Amino acid sequence: MKGALRAIAPGPFVTIQDAGRRGWRRFGVSGAGAMDAAALSAANALVGNAPGTAAVEFAHVGGRWQIATDSCRIAVTGGDFAVSADGARLACWQSHTLRRGQRIDIGGAPDAAWGYLAVANGFALSPQLGSYATHQRSGLGGIGGSCLTEGDMLPLRSARAPYGRERRVDAIHREPGPIRVVLGPQDDFFAQDAVAAFLAASYRVTHRGDRMGVWLDGPAVPHAAGYNVLSDGMVPGCIQVPGNGIPLVLLMDCQTVGGYPKLATIITPDLQRLAQMKAGTTVTFVAVDVEEAHRLYGEYRAWLDGVAQQIAEIAGSPARPFWLYG
Amino acid sequence: MSSLPRYPRFLPVGDAALTVEFGNTIAPEVNEAVVALDLALAGAELDGIIETVPTYRSLLICYEPLEISFRQLVAELRSLLSRGSRVRVAGSTAWNVPVIYDPPYAEDLTEVAERLALTEEDVIAIHSGAEYQVYMVGFAPGLPYLGGLPSKLHISRRESPRPHVPAGAVMIGGIQAAIVPLPQPSAWYSLGKTPLRLFDPRRQNPFLFRAGDRVRFYRIDADEFDHLAGQTTDALLALTRAPT
Repeated sequence: MKGALRAIAPGPFVTIQDAGRRGWRRFGVSGAGAMDAAALSAANALVGNAPGTAAVEFAHVGGRWQIATDSCRIAVTGGDFAVSADGARLACWQSHTLRRGQRIDIGGAPDAAWGYLAVANGFALSPQLGSYATHQRSGLGGIGGSCLTEGDMLPLRSARAPYGRERRVDAIHREPGPIRVVLGPQDDFFAQDAVAAFLAASYRVTHRGDRMGVWLDGPAVPHAAGYNVLSDGMVPGCIQVPGNGIPLVLLMDCQTVGGYPKLATIITPDLQRLAQMKAGTTVTFVAVDVEEAHRLYGEYRAWLDGVAQQIAEIAGSPARPFWLYG
Repeated sequence: MSSLPRYPRFLPVGDAALTVEFGNTIAPEVNEAVVALDLALAGAELDGIIETVPTYRSLLICYEPLEISFRQLVAELRSLLSRGSRVRVAGSTAWNVPVIYDPPYAEDLTEVAERLALTEEDVIAIHSGAEYQVYMVGFAPGLPYLGGLPSKLHISRRESPRPHVPAGAVMIGGIQAAIVPLPQPSAWYSLGKTPLRLFDPRRQNPFLFRAGDRVRFYRIDADEFDHLAGQTTDALLALTRAPT
């Protein structure tokens, strides 16, 4: 092993994630992948990696880590997480070069639910079905398809930090407006006034959530025609309404098929915005048609591709820290 | 629903997927239409198609909106459908799946026989005498939902799911049958267990079954089970793939 990042006391839900698995949904394998693709992309760009390189994803808190290699360049993104190295505060949305033995502590953030810890050149892991993304139910990806636990060693592709100045990027700004959805595919399981009431109501994001989905708290959406549909295909962003009428937003680890009516589907640009809402956040929904959704998707993709270009070198930072010789 | 829907229907699933619905029933001809469109779409090699998910009565298509719009995709699909592809599910496979129907593997055989007023031998004979069709693969990696369960074995699901069903369990529930690839909870009934591994990410073909495949079960005893369980995957697959 060239060196590693040691998980001393990782947070309660820490996995390896990348851009996700494609092409296996037909066999029942979820796409998985980062809950916030833009934050993953930014973390990777800060340490010089390609956008979809696998990184550590954590829910709420990252926990304690240690550098078990000569030196390592890291970046934490996703929100304004409380990060420190041996007690000294480290800024998020910025790269830092650390040396052997240094301990990183990653606490919570006021503005985000999911965070990313990327390392320069990435982790020396093996992909499964074309991806490093952890999917627990399938036992795929990461290390043994599981959450990272105390003592895990994440092997690094390079033993030393790269040459070059540290980099920074502006924190991702998330619009506060309503979450945009395309109605369907099963909005005809609900009366028209029930759909209108859903769009007019406010919901709260609850604690009942994980990578598969998150429950909302708010007015129930009554079904007009029963709540059993023949199981059919679904994707992250689908808003499922089971028998109790309470909406459940499906997220990256959601199953490939499901048998509850799907009232609406959140558009790609807004899905990570919803995923990043902490429990208790108020959320409203607005319907757009598919043409408008595609226009917004085009803007979003252009913005996403631009994240890496907005990275700036930090003037005055050493190209090579004094303790990194040779 | 105010009026009966007309099929096929093209339903948006957000900004990057759509569902083509062929009906609202579990029926071989509906599922065959799904599989035929799936094959036709694969053959058409359109730009912007990312992946598809065939299910009982609909085909989910994930696409890249920068490469193909919803309207363009619907037009392409209508064109494929109008060619009336009568492709007789080419490329589908027939499988002979070995099952041990004895204790301790046949966890629910006695209960099923009692509830259906049959003998255990009847249940086994009926279950292994039928031909099944893989309607879809989903819920868990490589889990086939099988249509074709004889009506004598139709049985309502358990009121509370069994928390742990082992990998390889051969199940029935409602009007369907299935084989469980990984340990999971289930409200269905387990009649036995197969030594086949339905899902193995290290295998060149990680999944055995595809929508459209046909499946028959045959009975094995404990010695055969142990023998087959010790076989390499390739040898086991050669034994189970039925001659076509």
